[in-house]
Amino acid sequence: MTATQQHTTGRVNGIISNLVLVEVDGPVGQNEICFIQHGDTPLMAEVIKVMGDKAYVQVFESTRGLRPGMEVRFEGHMLEATFGPGILSCNYDGLMHDLSTMSGIFLQRGDYTSALDLKKEWAFEPLAKAGDEATAGHWLGKVDENGIAHKIMVPFKMKGRYTVEEVMPAGNYKVQDTIAVLKDERGTEYKVSMLQKFPVKQAVKAYREKPRPFQLLETGVRTIDTLNPMVEGGTGFIPGPFGSGKTVLQHAISKQAEADIVIVAACGERANEVVDLFVEFPELEDPWTGRKLMERTTIIANTSNMPVAAREASVYTAMSIAEYYRSMGLKVLLLADSTSRWAQALREMSNRMEELPGPDAFPMDLPAIVSNFYARAGYVYLNNGETGSITFIGTVSPAGGNLKEPVTESTKKVARCFYALSQSRADSKRYPAIDPIESYSKYLEYPELQRVLNEQIEEGWTEKVNELKNILLRGKEAAEQINILGDDGVSIDTHLVFWRSEVVDEIILQQNAFDEVDARTPMDRQQFLVNKVLEVVATPLSFEGYEAINPYFKRVINAMKQMNYSEFESEAFNQNMKELEDTLAERKQAN
Amino acid sequence: MPTAFQRIYTKVEEITKATCTVRATDVGYEDLATVNGQLAQVVKIMGDEVTLQVFAGTEGVPTNAEVIFLGKAPSLKVSEALAGRFFNAYGNPIDGGPEVEGEEQEIGGPSVNPVRRKQPSELITTGIAGIDLNNTLVTGQKIPFFADPDQPFNQVMATVALRTAADRIVLGGIGLTNDDYLYFKSVFENAGALHRIVSFVNTTEDPTVERLLVPDMALTAAEYFAVEKKEKVLVLLTDMTLYADALSIVSNRMDQIPSKDSMPGSLYSDLAKLYEKAVQFDDGGSITIVAVTTLSGGDITHAIPDNTGYITEGQLFLRRDTDIGKVIVDPFRSLSRLKQLVIGKKTRGDHPQVMNAAVRLYADAANARTKLENGFELTDYDERTLEFAREYSDKLLAIDVNIDTDKMLDTAWQLFAAHFSKAEVGIKQSLTDQYWPENQ
Repeated sequence: MTATQQHTTGRVNGIISNLVLVEVDGPVGQNEICFIQHGDTPLMAEVIKVMGDKAYVQVFESTRGLRPGMEVRFEGHMLEATFGPGILSCNYDGLMHDLSTMSGIFLQRGDYTSALDLKKEWAFEPLAKAGDEATAGHWLGKVDENGIAHKIMVPFKMKGRYTVEEVMPAGNYKVQDTIAVLKDERGTEYKVSMLQKFPVKQAVKAYREKPRPFQLLETGVRTIDTLNPMVEGGTGFIPGPFGSGKTVLQHAISKQAEADIVIVAACGERANEVVDLFVEFPELEDPWTGRKLMERTTIIANTSNMPVAAREASVYTAMSIAEYYRSMGLKVLLLADSTSRWAQALREMSNRMEELPGPDAFPMDLPAIVSNFYARAGYVYLNNGETGSITFIGTVSPAGGNLKEPVTESTKKVARCFYALSQSRADSKRYPAIDPIESYSKYLEYPELQRVLNEQIEEGWTEKVNELKNILLRGKEAAEQINILGDDGVSIDTHLVFWRSEVVDEIILQQNAFDEVDARTPMDRQQFLVNKVLEVVATPLSFEGYEAINPYFKRVINAMKQMNYSEFESEAFNQNMKELEDTLAERKQAN
Repeated sequence: MPTAFQRIYTKVEEITKATCTVRATDVGYEDLATVNGQLAQVVKIMGDEVTLQVFAGTEGVPTNAEVIFLGKAPSLKVSEALAGRFFNAYGNPIDGGPEVEGEEQEIGGPSVNPVRRKQPSELITTGIAGIDLNNTLVTGQKIPFFADPDQPFNQVMATVALRTAADRIVLGGIGLTNDDYLYFKSVFENAGALHRIVSFVNTTEDPTVERLLVPDMALTAAEYFAVEKKEKVLVLLTDMTLYADALSIVSNRMDQIPSKDSMPGSLYSDLAKLYEKAVQFDDGGSITIVAVTTLSGGDITHAIPDNTGYITEGQLFLRRDTDIGKVIVDPFRSLSRLKQLVIGKKTRGDHPQVMNAAVRLYADAANARTKLENGFELTDYDERTLEFAREYSDKLLAIDVNIDTDKMLDTAWQLFAAHFSKAEVGIKQSLTDQYWPENQ
């Protein structure tokens, strides 16, 4: 890729919605970026099909007013993300243009702003020295970005081995200033700055190895951490009908998760939800560092009214940024809400290109696309032995709430955690509405994770988790029996089995995301709660008839709920615990 | 802009039910044209072949029809003079009044930059407890009524419109029956609110495809009042199901592969483009959209309500409660997503917990009713939930209730105390201490 390369040009010949047919005068590449000159405004587009000298391009903007004959200029590269210090706290559109530096209230076509502040100076400190061997991703230096050591790396595009000729001394530099000079094996010298670009659809592979994940990623959401834990470098997805609380859950995870960096891809969803993040994140504190949440967060917003073609790009842009930060040895959490919108964008385009459709008119290669994308997450050992991770959680919006649809099915094949949101739980306001029986975390079966949980939380933890799951399952069966046979048609034991599962449900599963205390439960408190609940469930109780069971357990649950709403081990907390003990003592069977 | 002279084409190459194709050059995508005087829009250009969608249909269009390109996308002339007027889908007056003068604004214009939006935070009160208490609305929100065609959604919507403190109301009537059109007209007139209202109406008597323009016309007018005049604008769109049906007709005639329920694959984006015009601006102007999506037999898994539900910020369900013989706002299936922004903040602090507790108890009543229907004996608690549910329905959920939010909360506390113990209600103790009516 040299500067002297001749740019291919072309002219618009046909327009159907955002698919434009261009007659070209030279070579074009699949997925190459081009600009259609509409008056003074260049409109960005991507090649998605080539037939002879005709290129089909999808325009990332409205095509209103486009005419045949308009000039098109091809750029010679694919859609790229821009990497460098200053990404954190930024709000980008799907193509990584900074939304906050755009002019006006409305998004104007062709208002392509720079991803990075090119004028800002960063305090650079070298990490490498002349004579060092280096490959792509090698740490040359670092700058402080919102308290995070942002590593300046050998650009990912540079293949092969290099020798570091020179690294600039510590000092203030702009992102485009040269900070190092490298020499390849043939002796050619390359200048490196803090800014680099990389195609969003290609995975950054500057690491040595990708082991199976084994570290718990704490989210503070009890039904996830305790019952179906997510791990550092893991993948999960949250399918659920509308109104089941997908977005509230994702926001809770993004606020509370134990991650260095959080990237949120708002993909084809409501603009007001993104505004929530814009408003809240600069105010809220990261529970792990005490800094503002926004300082560790980057938001990629392609809301549902923004151009459809950029929707697909938005998730790739987000993943690329995540890979960039993982290469610095950081724990990155990537959230995409919702991957179904991205699949729908693929469907619209496939349809316009008159491809033969797969199930529900989605393109045939949808499962492959989804699978390749999820595979980019993971825990890695970098070439220098440090570790980094991308944990990816995507939401899926299944049509009609029916999980037997192509996007859910494709995702289920690749994501290791499944957090099924249930309509009936949402209807009865049991939030988060994650179905405890349908959902799973495959990681819980990993011996690597079990070992870590036993060490970090307590010996025998996974057995306790399985015990909770059994209680819930037995409770569900008991509820069905009671429904069929009636309250007086089943034994008192059946009632107790049901109510004990209700204790697990109300106290561990249900959590109020809008209550200051209850919203986030740290792992030590979850441990306490699990043991407490198991103790309550194991307490032998005596009842004469079934009538007294319901009001009794309502009191038990109420006392424990009040504990959940109080600061851990505070006075109110202890008082409610005393009330719980007293209530238990009333009915405790003397053995 | 080719305004000085307009080229006339008289050789139509191809005619389908909704489109016709002519050979023409220098035509912009989405430009308007007339075909024998009928309005049409460019939907496809391939070289010099230009395909036009004729809004009124192509019935009677001959191969020598006169095609004139107008060199502009569909637009509306916006000014204060829109107020109090009734227009058709093209923005032409249908009330016998004069043409509106004003700045010509393209419809379906660009989206608001999300970083320039303000978080909605201003409460909209309707006096209906099923809405204000359980599903509180906020300016800048978009929310539809999901209703079967026999339910009184247009009446409820008119009530909501007149009770809210909106500066401006824009009605987009999409395939409205003539009777409903006259109903809205008379309700607004009788309330003396006509000067606050702008209406764009496509009735069932008008060509189907024309109605695709109505929501964009209504929202362009709304944007004018919200941006230029900084007004609080309420947009009513009824019925969006008919809009989606029109989309499917067009995509079918354009030979596109249908996705679920014969709807075009782009249905989500098409609907989102409209609903996302709902916005709260920094300077006080806002657009709130209350729409209607009619269902077929209450089925919300159909592609139209399903896609709508994923776009809008909640949905409101109406249901006839046979116990009290009134229409209520269903507390289970209805949801306002933005209520968290205002309840307990712009309303009294006990609002969130009271709302949830009442709905939970109402759910217990539903379980008790199932038990009853299956012939099982009810416990004392079951009996009490049923009594509670009946009063809750009558005093709070019914759409004929018209009280302020504090009164709604007080009523809920009274119902709690009348039927339950504090532990059964399960509200945070600090709140029960403050609000539990002790003299019960």
